[in-house]
Amino acid sequence: MTTPITPADEPMAKLPPAELIHLTPDVFTVHFWDAAREHRLVVPRCTSCGTYRFPPSAFCFVCRTQDVEYVEQSGRGTLYSYTVAWHPLLPDVSESVPYIPAVVELPDTGGVRLIANLVDVRPSEVRIGMDLELVWRDVHDDVTVPTFRPA
Amino acid sequence: MSLKDKAAVVGVGATQYYKRGQSVPQTPLEMAGKAMLAALDDAGLAVDDVDGLALYSFGLGGDTSLFAQTMGIPEVRFTAMLTGGGGGAAGSVGLAAAAIDSGMATTVVSLMTLQQAVSRFGTSYAPRGKPGAQYSASPSPEKDFASPAGLMGPGQMFAVLAMRHMHLYGTQREHFAEVAISQRENAIKRETSLMQVPLTLDDYFNARLIAEPLCLFDFCLECDGAVAVVTTTLDRAQDLRQPPVKVTASAHGGHGRWGQAITWMNMPDEYFVSSGHRPVAQRLWDMAGMTAADVDVALLYDHFSPMVIMQLEDYGFCPIGEGGRFVADGNIRYGTGSIPVNTHGGNLSEAYIIGMTHVKEAVEQLRGTAVNQVADAEVALVTGGPASIPTSSLLLTR
Repeated sequence: MTTPITPADEPMAKLPPAELIHLTPDVFTVHFWDAAREHRLVVPRCTSCGTYRFPPSAFCFVCRTQDVEYVEQSGRGTLYSYTVAWHPLLPDVSESVPYIPAVVELPDTGGVRLIANLVDVRPSEVRIGMDLELVWRDVHDDVTVPTFRPA
Repeated sequence: MSLKDKAAVVGVGATQYYKRGQSVPQTPLEMAGKAMLAALDDAGLAVDDVDGLALYSFGLGGDTSLFAQTMGIPEVRFTAMLTGGGGGAAGSVGLAAAAIDSGMATTVVSLMTLQQAVSRFGTSYAPRGKPGAQYSASPSPEKDFASPAGLMGPGQMFAVLAMRHMHLYGTQREHFAEVAISQRENAIKRETSLMQVPLTLDDYFNARLIAEPLCLFDFCLECDGAVAVVTTTLDRAQDLRQPPVKVTASAHGGHGRWGQAITWMNMPDEYFVSSGHRPVAQRLWDMAGMTAADVDVALLYDHFSPMVIMQLEDYGFCPIGEGGRFVADGNIRYGTGSIPVNTHGGNLSEAYIIGMTHVKEAVEQLRGTAVNQVADAEVALVTGGPASIPTSSLLLTR
């Protein structure tokens, strides 16, 4: 049985509204967001054993070392999985569907994954495993978040 | 040494089940009291016999003091709660058995009371909205890595796991539909069920997609109500009103790197597409000295239909990746399947009281009094929700 699950007049993926996006960084995550504001994607790596950790946190989950270095990433990624939010769970997003929350694996990081929206794509064109490239979304003057589009 | 067969469930009780918000003007504590009294009456016990409370998922608001004073429990000797959310449902009865086995308490009540008149679990990870709106728990540095992408409900998050299950194993929406349809068939035979109309494959495919690949009928109900379970020593259980149902095994927890699971999405690749239950399942089988082949009826936590399929895999009813085809082959149907699943209709079609209805159904199956009775049921598996750790499970026997 074939099951088309996208409407005929399929829209491009949208984005959740900026009004809903606010950050509450702590001493460990603030470096990621500071770099994002400068359109640099950085991921912390353990200075002792080299394990990448995400989100940024107080300890290496392998060797419990605290110190990290922030390694700048290329912005390339691979789609690990995703969903298409067709139904607005809140009134605030009723004009923003469909949007696509995606899990994006970064190469050469031991499998670190970001949760980010897909843009410049229609829902039916999305395929797990597809190559992606980073597009920064400047949400507010002081908030920038990563999104990805097909590479 | 373990808690195997040291304690027994002797009473179960519940309020009526309500659609979200319709239990008002009762209060959550009032419903908890009614459910406990019903469970004690079922057992032939009284409040004076209760000396322990074993909870989960912030039951009773995470504090038993007001409940104990309101109900007049003579002396509380054990009061504890599994951390986490719905993952601890089945495990709360294991916690009761552990309290009893240790000698800290003799008669322990596990319960859940739920009223979603104001807050809704369906948007439990939503960011704060416009000024004045307040949808969810407070923000955190960790949520900053999920919220901006609009992941605001558990259904959207589990949809991400379901999508990858489809990618890896060829699982189809028809397979999710079979979970929903088979459970609806079970529900419509029961007076307690909120859903009383059969569900067809057409209904399923005509329903709105909420979070692709999940549609309306892949989501559990949003309900109010309370369910209580009374556990006591196996010795004491022999003389009570109901035949004892033994706590043969229970386990909770999970891999540390399963962790917060759906809100961080960085679980190791080898078990990203799973229910998070695999290590818990292994310990459950080890404690019981049994396997999935010994189970007569399975009450699997069903907040979202694909997670039933992943639990069938993780508990060994079928190989990893085969769950979709396993349900499509009719294996979970009541009356004809090899392992009847959620004979009460589950969270999807009877009522969602965060998994405690599953414990109640397991007990009734082993007493031989279930509405959709599995003939000669002797072993029942109950699981808590695939969720952040701890997940949990419970093996009850006659």
